[in-house]
Amino acid sequence: MNIELPIKDARDLKLGDIVTLTGELITMRDRASKRAVENGEVPAPAHTVYHCGPLVKNGSLVVSAGPTTSARLDEYTRTMAEKFGTRLFIGKGGMNATSSEVFEEFGCAYLAFTGGAGALAARGIKEVKAVHWEDLGMAEAVWQFRVEDFGPLVVAMDAKGGSLYK
Amino acid sequence: MNVTKLIKKAVVDLPEEVEAALRNAYEREEGETARLQLKNILENVELARESQVPMCQDTGIPIFFVRLGDAKKEDVEKAIIEGVREATKSVPLRPNVVDPLSRKNSGDNIGTGIPHIYWSTSDDVHTYVTYMPKGAGSENASAAGMLNPTGSVKDFVLDAVEMAGGRPCPPIIVGVGIGGTMDTSTMLAKKALLRPLDSRNPDEAYAKLEDELLKEINGLGIGPMGLGGKTTALGVNVEYAACHTATLPVAVNIQCWAHRHHTMRF
Repeated sequence: MNIELPIKDARDLKLGDIVTLTGELITMRDRASKRAVENGEVPAPAHTVYHCGPLVKNGSLVVSAGPTTSARLDEYTRTMAEKFGTRLFIGKGGMNATSSEVFEEFGCAYLAFTGGAGALAARGIKEVKAVHWEDLGMAEAVWQFRVEDFGPLVVAMDAKGGSLYK
Repeated sequence: MNVTKLIKKAVVDLPEEVEAALRNAYEREEGETARLQLKNILENVELARESQVPMCQDTGIPIFFVRLGDAKKEDVEKAIIEGVREATKSVPLRPNVVDPLSRKNSGDNIGTGIPHIYWSTSDDVHTYVTYMPKGAGSENASAAGMLNPTGSVKDFVLDAVEMAGGRPCPPIIVGVGIGGTMDTSTMLAKKALLRPLDSRNPDEAYAKLEDELLKEINGLGIGPMGLGGKTTALGVNVEYAACHTATLPVAVNIQCWAHRHHTMRF
């Protein structure tokens, strides 16, 4: 099932569904999430957030871009969903019960991409639209990607409090 | 001494025995989600090799094991540092090396104490250089402790793997170091990862522990990417050293499915 981004909410996504994504998304991980929450702003539309520190050659060719461990980012979930409108979180390893509560409250879902599948992920990333907060370094910057058939992703946590990690 | 070539081969081309173990795991798994994770991994391995790109975006931090032959230590060290810098630009590698307090990224994967080089000597004229980069996912899930001498090594290892869950990108490879001192136990755990997956410790007591741990770890059902399944670990290697009668140091160095390592002879 291919999903056109952005989506209004993820309440229709069921645990175990296998999906691909087409549209725009941004990467955010440790440093950018902390800055966004502390400063109260994100540098680009944050409806779909990919927990990833990509490997990019010459600023425009995405070479390898698998997910990073989402568990490190649990503390930012509420602000991301409530203040910045994030409805899809993509990463690996899952998120905690508190994040799950946020998913239920705001209609978000967590999509798992296979960890380490950097080349496979890069295949679905067609264009670097922009990069923000580059002072954080390549891995920690906010990358804006245009994606096409990005995946396959598994709906690993839904908007009903369900989780494949239990 | 083309260290850049060594680095590129390691991050682009998964060793055959690891790929074979992943294929076996795929054949054995029954769950749809578990099979999809392994299918993605295998497809990714092929794609990375074909396109000659790093299979995982976390190209780790540079770690070398050098068996010094006739070459001079300073020459090898210089070649390694230059090789890492060049590989960062050309392969490319993700700049991952930061100062632990300031978190400032060096930009070229060189930092204080990095590349880390384990040196050993030999009578051989040739110098063997092994590159085994280590990413953060697996390294952050690793554990070490000073057990009570009557404590359970098995429980410590199983607890560590269970706590790690899906974070280190299972199916994992588990290196265990037992004995020595606090610092040598962790070094043994890392060196254990260099042994082939199907190798057994020459000492029967430790080989038995390897077999039991592998069985019990897979019994945890964590599965590929922690999404459930039969294969949580592809192998367990245990290394040991004698220790003080009043101590039992144990270290668990977890490695992800992307067990990147390669050796070149110079």
